[in-house]
Amino acid sequence: MTAAGLRIAGIARGAAARLRFDAVEITAHEGEILASALLAAGIRTLRHAPGDGGPRGLFCAMGSCQECVVQIEGQRIEACRVLVRDGMEVRSLP
Amino acid sequence: MTSRQEPRYELRYELIVIGAGPAGAAAALEADARGLKTLLLDEVLEAGGQVYRAPLAGLSQLPASREAQAGNALRAALAASTVSSAFGHRVWAVEPGFKVFSLGPDGPLEAEAEALILATGALERHVPIPGWTLPGVTGLAAATVLLKSQAMLPGRRVVVAGSGPLLPLVAASILKSGGEVAAVVDATPRAGWLGQMPAFMTRPALLARGAGWIGQLLAHRVPLLSGHALVRIEGTDGVEGVHIAAVDAAGAPVRQAAARRIECDAVCYGFGLQPATELTRLLGAAHHYVPRLGGWTVKTDADQRTSLARLYAAGDGAGVLGVAAAPGRGRLAALAALHDLGRLDEAAWQRAARPLRRRLARAAAFGQGMTALAAPGLASHERITAGTTVCRCEGLNRETLDAAIAQGAVSLNDLKAATRCGMGPCGGRVCGDTAAALIAAATGQAREMIHEATARPPLRPLPLDQLVGDFNYADLPIPAPAPL
Repeated sequence: MTAAGLRIAGIARGAAARLRFDAVEITAHEGEILASALLAAGIRTLRHAPGDGGPRGLFCAMGSCQECVVQIEGQRIEACRVLVRDGMEVRSLP
Repeated sequence: MTSRQEPRYELRYELIVIGAGPAGAAAALEADARGLKTLLLDEVLEAGGQVYRAPLAGLSQLPASREAQAGNALRAALAASTVSSAFGHRVWAVEPGFKVFSLGPDGPLEAEAEALILATGALERHVPIPGWTLPGVTGLAAATVLLKSQAMLPGRRVVVAGSGPLLPLVAASILKSGGEVAAVVDATPRAGWLGQMPAFMTRPALLARGAGWIGQLLAHRVPLLSGHALVRIEGTDGVEGVHIAAVDAAGAPVRQAAARRIECDAVCYGFGLQPATELTRLLGAAHHYVPRLGGWTVKTDADQRTSLARLYAAGDGAGVLGVAAAPGRGRLAALAALHDLGRLDEAAWQRAARPLRRRLARAAAFGQGMTALAAPGLASHERITAGTTVCRCEGLNRETLDAAIAQGAVSLNDLKAATRCGMGPCGGRVCGDTAAALIAAATGQAREMIHEATARPPLRPLPLDQLVGDFNYADLPIPAPAPL
């Protein structure tokens, strides 16, 4: 099943924004939380776990669990604490 | 050559409040209204905490709910006050006295105050099962963030599972927003809800709201499975389905019952709330284990004072009593601080505090009923298989932790030292309660004998360069070596 159509209908959102997550370009809205924008674009795997290398993604959505950490301009930050900006370049952790 | 980036504020305040949810905001407003120079800090960009979390700018609101109105009123009151607010500031350490270290969008902030109110809220409790680390599994609180502040569904076909009042809330919210709920899986037996009825009856309006949620679920023919729990979540790159089994009143799977598979693309999963105790632990305040308050919580008196002078705790961070009780607790903490700082005489203090204490007693009954309901049964850990990842950060499964416990690691500090459980980026926030339950189960100790691990700063991962700033090695004062 795809994650298409997760944005709740009938809600006006901020200006369109484009960003990249690794090689993938996605469109979102200014001011959306990055993790949420990625989810809506069908991107759920944000990193791979130490140890078993299993896929990990958004879990607590409140900056506590550290599962959604990504890299933006060389700095590690939780995707649930970052607001989308047009032109943002996001990398998954190495 | 630049010197270390100067903190934007370096300031002395009379009171610092950490956490701008309903309790913290109320505390700051009360203190400010009575003339205390107050700093209010929060990690997120706007006041409101979790329950009154602001929808993001540019987002037209879903029909204004009670929460939305309350949240807007709170934010407006703060804006109209003379409270100094530092939003987007993540507190990473606190020292006695008190000195608060935080990092904000423009750099470090170090602030001092004689009195400190902690209102840092609660964390969700989890019961790990195979597959719970898969993308697509989020907490119930996380689902409310997505739904309320992002106007986003967690998935197209969602299983909502665990225990507590967030279950029907999240499920109803998903339905209202056009999503599908494949099932609501509640580990609490139906009798559990009935058992808390006396407490719920103290707040008929809230009770009616809950009944409304259930009504919606029934109207949409959502399967409501009481006395059931997830035993497995499946999928390769993300959630594809779950297995559900009947559980007894203590949470142990009923062996004879067949597991049932339900397809879904997301799981919202959680077992009630527990107080966030990092800061109170870091400062060395006394704590106690009270299941009806969510487990380990800082000890407070009727005025929200902790065991340390001029340190107060309010809101769910001081025991999960819910949002209705939060503003009153915040105000009581502020009033106590004002009195203890000599800024409010005894008579005025009692006049202001007495009605708040009375109202709190009523709100507390309902809150405690809810929290008691959400507590996982004492045998819930039986659902954690040997291969299940318990410490997500370090990738430690139950088998690894049980082995260390068997070798003598019978406290959370010991277990941390032996395995690194709790030493990863989450600081034990996600795994701590489970690790303690495993120790209790293995050693036969009561849960209240397993204390939380020692808190260590930094309480969150920090980008070192933002703390340190720019500097030249040439500027470092290195003393000449002593003569041989």
